[in-house]
Amino acid sequence: MTTDVHQLDDGAWISVNDSREVNVSDLWLLARSDFCGCETTDFLAEGFVKVGVDYPDIQARIAGQCIACGESGVTDWLTVGRVVDPDSGEFYGVVHESVHFPEKRTRLSHSRE
Amino acid sequence: MPSKVEGWKDEVYGNEIREHLMEFAEQGWESIPEDEQDAWFERFKWWGLYHQRSGQESYFMMRIGTPNGVIKPGQLEVIGEVAKEYATGPVDNPEFGEAYCDWTTRQSIQLHWIKIEDIPEIFEKLEAVGLGTQQACGDSWRNIVGCPVAGKDKHEHVDAWSVAEDLHETFKGNDDYANLPRKWKVAIAGCDEGCGQGDINDLAFEPAEKDGEIGFNVRIGGGLSRKEPRLARDIDVWVPPEQAADVAHGMSALFRDHGDREDRFNARIKFLMDEWGPEKMRSVLQEDYVDFELATAGEDMRDQYSYNTGSQDGHNDHVGIHEQKDGNYYVGLNVLVGRMGADDVLELAELADEYGSGEVRLTQRQNIIVTDVPEENLDEFTSEPLLENYSPEPSPFMRGSIACTGTEYCSLSIVETKNRQVRYARWLKDNVELPEDHEDFHIHLSGCTASCAQPQIADVSLRGMKTRKDGEPVEALDIGLGGGLGDDPRFADWVEMRVPADEVPGAIKNLVNNFKDAREGGETFRDFVEDRDEETLAEMVEPEETDYDDPYMHNTKMTWYPYAEDDDMQSSPAPTNAAGESLPSDD
Repeated sequence: MTTDVHQLDDGAWISVNDSREVNVSDLWLLARSDFCGCETTDFLAEGFVKVGVDYPDIQARIAGQCIACGESGVTDWLTVGRVVDPDSGEFYGVVHESVHFPEKRTRLSHSRE
Repeated sequence: MPSKVEGWKDEVYGNEIREHLMEFAEQGWESIPEDEQDAWFERFKWWGLYHQRSGQESYFMMRIGTPNGVIKPGQLEVIGEVAKEYATGPVDNPEFGEAYCDWTTRQSIQLHWIKIEDIPEIFEKLEAVGLGTQQACGDSWRNIVGCPVAGKDKHEHVDAWSVAEDLHETFKGNDDYANLPRKWKVAIAGCDEGCGQGDINDLAFEPAEKDGEIGFNVRIGGGLSRKEPRLARDIDVWVPPEQAADVAHGMSALFRDHGDREDRFNARIKFLMDEWGPEKMRSVLQEDYVDFELATAGEDMRDQYSYNTGSQDGHNDHVGIHEQKDGNYYVGLNVLVGRMGADDVLELAELADEYGSGEVRLTQRQNIIVTDVPEENLDEFTSEPLLENYSPEPSPFMRGSIACTGTEYCSLSIVETKNRQVRYARWLKDNVELPEDHEDFHIHLSGCTASCAQPQIADVSLRGMKTRKDGEPVEALDIGLGGGLGDDPRFADWVEMRVPADEVPGAIKNLVNNFKDAREGGETFRDFVEDRDEETLAEMVEPEETDYDDPYMHNTKMTWYPYAEDDDMQSSPAPTNAAGESLPSDD
């Protein structure tokens, strides 16, 4: 089964296989990111701009801002969870409070909106 | 490539959604296939139904569109009855009780906790009195807004209500415009006070004179959403009232054909206006979408506008008692944050019947107006106990408080809004004194950048944020100052960011006191802000803890309902069946 990913309601949340999985308004810690000058970006997710699948990762580019320095913008691709078994379609979300490493994509992937 | 939503719209959209909606309603929530839920919920919006946020699955917000905010005799009672019978959830709201109506900034009505199984009955009740939810949300003509006392106002130069009603009837359910790239918001006003708020709508008709005739100038491309606020731009077109619908046909067809269907974030016409500019917008409209010669703009009345100008002169809103052109009066009642308990709605319906014509109207400031009250009824009406809570003479802090839905129900919001703003207003009323010459002071609280509370056009703009306090994440607000409309509209300057929500009332108190100390002569707050740089203003906003207590500092979005005793997401009863009993969940 193909993993179906999209953002809905003006980027308020990410749907994975027709299930609401990731919401805005959470704080994410980003490291090794050039989003802002902070060593670790304390990032408030305000809207999902793009979502995609880089098997097994479900990824997103998120609009928001660092609540420490105020820098706002859109992140590089962040892994928000995984669908390890496409047949079951079960989504395993990451813990957003943990440290995450946004990355620039270097290979093609299935991306929507 | 067209967006996912466009694909769903291509399959089923517009009027035909109703048939499916009714079938699902008949068979119950569980009949909506899980792998089709996203598509159906997107489509249901067209019929005014918005699936509530995470933790509240199977419950819907229902929006009823009342063009120009006009609620005709007999309709308010039905709205109150529907709210009381169907808009009740598993837990009461601590400020507003079991059932309530929200009057919105676009003169519509929102009810919450609606079950899909109740839709046929609700539609039947609403439609029996001429009300409806069609196109209240979704990618089409939305509820038309305007001067809420159109047709009655002494300041009116052309009867905008008849034009608004004509536009409503022409474009509701009209298959040619049922599937637009994005929402399409239209404002119309015929008065010289500027209360249509055309500047922040996609398409605005504003009163203007041309060769001795009063018609409308046309502006395009306003809007506040995201961090991309735009004022509508003058496209140098004037239309007589009888041609307003032709231009509306043309403009919405132009948007239908040229709006961006690949990127929903870029779909609103304000972005096409950015790309094209007003001259091209006019020439494409002229060449491809109307079959008559467009007249150039007439002489507008913007220099007379008083609404939301911060001038403290004239008519800044519709609260209070005002004479109509027929000699009767309208009584504008303040509804704090636009939310009114269902029992109060029913009582007001009776009072409107008893003292007026039974008609009421909603304003773009979330208030309600009882119209057609004969002079001899005024004293008795304004002495009614209900008006102690919905006063025509409220404190400026009660009068000016607007809040969006917030994390109580909305997926996009970052913070709790309505209950917080109620607490802010009460605290400010008790603890802050405005200068005597300031009766209008607007504080708008929006939970996110979607800007449903229109924060950018308030004296004090509050926008949902997060920050850390003592290392812990807490709900916070960005503070902006000096926004407003009028001849010289301007958006607020965001001067102080990420203020913990419990320090905001103290910040406003300090700001007002600093303003009183530093103002020169009779300087209004808006002029005061305009004349000072952001740094100076930021220094005047001194966030401070006070005896104000904020019970919503934690992450309210992580709860299934912020006011439930056990608010943990895992404790949510949703999804539920028609009787409100929990259904087994996949999780």
